[in-house]
Amino acid sequence: MAEFFEMGGYGAFIWPAYGAVALVLAGLWVTSRRFVVSTEADLATLTPHRDDIKDEA
Amino acid sequence: MFFHRLANPTRFLKLAAVIQPWAAGATLVLMVAGLYFGLIASPADYQQSDTVRMMYVHVPAAWMAMFCYTAMAVSAAIGLIWKHPLADLAARSTAPIGAGFTFLALLTGSLWGKPMWGTWWVWDARLTSVLILFFLYLGYMALQDAFDDPARGTKASSILALVGLVNVPIIKFSVDWWNTLHQPASVVKMGGPAIHPSMLVPLILMALAFKAYYIWVLLIRIRAEVNAGKIRALRLRQAQGPSQHMNEETANG
Repeated sequence: MAEFFEMGGYGAFIWPAYGAVALVLAGLWVTSRRFVVSTEADLATLTPHRDDIKDEA
Repeated sequence: MFFHRLANPTRFLKLAAVIQPWAAGATLVLMVAGLYFGLIASPADYQQSDTVRMMYVHVPAAWMAMFCYTAMAVSAAIGLIWKHPLADLAARSTAPIGAGFTFLALLTGSLWGKPMWGTWWVWDARLTSVLILFFLYLGYMALQDAFDDPARGTKASSILALVGLVNVPIIKFSVDWWNTLHQPASVVKMGGPAIHPSMLVPLILMALAFKAYYIWVLLIRIRAEVNAGKIRALRLRQAQGPSQHMNEETANG
């Protein structure tokens, strides 16, 4: 197992690279999800007002 | 015809809702398989030993960096020429994903360069042109939000995306046109790939995983952008509502 993490002596280069890939991809997914969730919440609060406008029209 | 039908956001959102879980599932399955073959089931290289495993994230990230830019520029062109509303949103949603992949290509390349070339960075054609690609993404994103009128931001950034497209073939052929530390192509080249199947399999799996990830996150972002557009329109109507009344009152008075 230790041999696997050593990566032939190059673990110090390989694991940070794979870690960065995991971080960036996970980070982009999380921020994108938050973007959807927050816009959906905003839309939900705005929708009653839209009905008002429709009623007026 | 197909694209015209997709121009309707409601239809597009329905289709996206169907595709999204498949893209998410494909990303996870391909990623696990790619990591297994890349880190465990494939041999170390006879010259590079285990650093060859850097290839399974570096090369797919670099491919995605160029693919996303091309997709972004084509979408921007469709938005610019045919005023296709979803094309603009697709371009805008692709930019941060492409910038992420470009950053990863640069970072993993640097981490690969240190043990193999003896340096983190050289100002040669391949590395410099990819750094320019990264700045093009950042410039595109900055320009999008640099105007009070979102339509002007979209137009200006679309033009930048199209002008910057010239950089993509420069990146691809930089290793053939100039002397560089970077090795030339070994997969997408005349005469087929010059790479053993044991290493080609994890490379292709990771490349497909990154592509599925792009589709997955792109659909999430486009959905959010469609919502954001609706919110802007609703707020504008709300803001205009009372002032119109006031105008009518002053006109009557």
